[in-house]
Amino acid sequence: MTIIKTLFASMILTLGLATANAGTLDVVKERGNLICGSNTGLAGFGNPNDAGVWEGIDVDVCRAVAAAVFGDASKVEYVPLTSKVRFTSLQSGEVDMLSRNTTWTLQRDVELGLEFVGVNYYDGQGFMVRKDLGVSSATELDGASVCIQVGTTTEMNLADYFSANGMSYESIPVETNAEADAAYLAGRCDIYTTDASGLYASRAGYPDPSAHIVLPEIVSKEPLGPSVRGNDSEWADVVRWSLNAMIIAEEKGITSGNVDDMIANSPDPETQRLLGVKAGYGAWLGLSDDWAANIIRQVGNYSESFEKHIGVNTPINIARGLNALYKDGGILYAPPFR
Amino acid sequence: MTPNTSPYLSPNKMLNWSKKNLFSSWVNTIMTVIALIFLYEVGTFFLNWAIFKADFINNFRGETITDRTFCSKNIEVGQHGACWAIIFVRFHQFMYGFYPVEEAWRVNLVYAFLPFALIGVLFDKLPLRRVFLYFTFAFPFIAYFMLYGGPGLSVVATNKWGGLLVTLFLGVTGIALAFPLSILLALGRRSNMPIVKSICVVFIEFIRGVPLITLLFTANVMLPLFLPEGVKPDNLLRALVAVTLFQSAYMAEAIRGGLQAIPKGQIEAAQSLGLNYWQTTRKIILPQALKIAIPPIVNTCIGLFKDTSLVLIIGLFDLLGIGRAALSDITWTKLYYEVYVFVSLIFFIFCFGMSRYSLYLEKKLKTDNS
Repeated sequence: MTIIKTLFASMILTLGLATANAGTLDVVKERGNLICGSNTGLAGFGNPNDAGVWEGIDVDVCRAVAAAVFGDASKVEYVPLTSKVRFTSLQSGEVDMLSRNTTWTLQRDVELGLEFVGVNYYDGQGFMVRKDLGVSSATELDGASVCIQVGTTTEMNLADYFSANGMSYESIPVETNAEADAAYLAGRCDIYTTDASGLYASRAGYPDPSAHIVLPEIVSKEPLGPSVRGNDSEWADVVRWSLNAMIIAEEKGITSGNVDDMIANSPDPETQRLLGVKAGYGAWLGLSDDWAANIIRQVGNYSESFEKHIGVNTPINIARGLNALYKDGGILYAPPFR
Repeated sequence: MTPNTSPYLSPNKMLNWSKKNLFSSWVNTIMTVIALIFLYEVGTFFLNWAIFKADFINNFRGETITDRTFCSKNIEVGQHGACWAIIFVRFHQFMYGFYPVEEAWRVNLVYAFLPFALIGVLFDKLPLRRVFLYFTFAFPFIAYFMLYGGPGLSVVATNKWGGLLVTLFLGVTGIALAFPLSILLALGRRSNMPIVKSICVVFIEFIRGVPLITLLFTANVMLPLFLPEGVKPDNLLRALVAVTLFQSAYMAEAIRGGLQAIPKGQIEAAQSLGLNYWQTTRKIILPQALKIAIPPIVNTCIGLFKDTSLVLIIGLFDLLGIGRAALSDITWTKLYYEVYVFVSLIFFIFCFGMSRYSLYLEKKLKTDNS
């Protein structure tokens, strides 16, 4: 089986190498729309809403790229991909890019031949407990029972964290998110642990979300970001700088509301470069000069996207935390636009 | 079986029947009572949940439900039942996927004419059957034109299809295409020609040897590798190819079972009358073999219809996939029971329909010699 898998993987890789020579940006431009690998449905990150329109912060990255390339954020075709097929779909050229809460790891970056172009959400494994337990830190959890999905990296992270802190726990194995929710709500375990974003999304669906807290400790690194095939750096740059443009726009205080005002009046040189007031920067990427202005006008800056889909005013209720700008105590940081 | 099979003719007869069958001994009586209590409890619970205490479009305050926080059960915990609003609000997606709303009439038209296309095939005593059969042969082309578009109609690419449309498309087309293929495979496997025979054996055994999910995955990922660069067959078409091949292999084995049950004397008798191979097969062997094979054929059809929900792994939203996507939306999350009950109800209607039809067919074709 493993041999066959490897064989398949290498065939697909070879194909990926062969097709990518065409230059994804040209292919996308000629086709007239962007094909974006998205989630099959994850609240706040990517799922179709009641009207059938895709929404979420991962979806916004796809929309940003479409806005940059075509000046129209709606020119995206979403291909919902499960975690099993996401990489093969990207490698075989089925999709132009992947933006579906995928953790950036060494193996995926190097062995699978992908290129992660940045991070649009810093996730990590967290713990959720009932508020009435009176716990405010994960270090007070000695002897607790933990609902945990079997066969995941979270299971190993949990064991590492508890043994590193000299604590013990009782593991309550569950198969799926839904099962974990049920077990946790029924009181079969004190703690529910998975990626923090997943905890927030779960909590949003509970009968009384305010009765549960996600503890501040994050015990693993899960940088989620968009990726492209690893042999087309021109295209990787387009996707990377589309994401960066959203982050820089937040730094510079440019929003979808004031972007036209900024174009007309901003004295800041970097803002002028970003918004195409100073010409020539778009051409480096093979795009028009107003590419970033289009992103901000149609999709918004990073903060707008975050607050709209997963921020504290949505049912998912995630604080910026690590995902705040470096100036605001987070680690979100885009290279300078010059 | 009790000889008295029609207990509903008079109250008296009903009483007799229940005395004989439900209360014949004290053990039987206790079992009957327990079963009745159980049925009553489960039945009332379910009906209360699903109908009497449920929300449909408005909650108990009379507000229109636009997200889960408006569901009565989320306002007064424990007082109310199902919140069917998720089905109503997302009805379009459940039925058509992402098909444009203003074009949905095209799908409705196809849904409406599907029974007319099937009826001629299913019932032979139908008046004007010949006309219906003509329509049946024309229907795939009409349906394709209506669904996909062409001259005069805007094109709706298959990635916009979803929900029941994808489930029915894969189920109906898969079964319809697999049927003739499977007959050829079954005959081929019993053929005396070594090359034909071995091709059929290898094909059937290979397809049966791998799970459908692998075939779907292969069709999705491997197929582009064998085609010239730039040719990207439609995602739905790939799934259809996989589903059809899978179904034809299984159906072929069901039909082979029927073929094996035909005594050799039948073939010899036909040959002695001077019929050639195709005449023998078409007029003598197949009618009998297919009749015997009805239960297993329908079995595989029902299995296939349900297996179509596996296409989610290759990025197609069938009925179940659309349901899951609805659940992943934060405005509706956690309404698991409503979505899964609705989806299973639809699957049940179709599968139960197939099963009843096969019973009808068996009864109709029943002759004394079998």
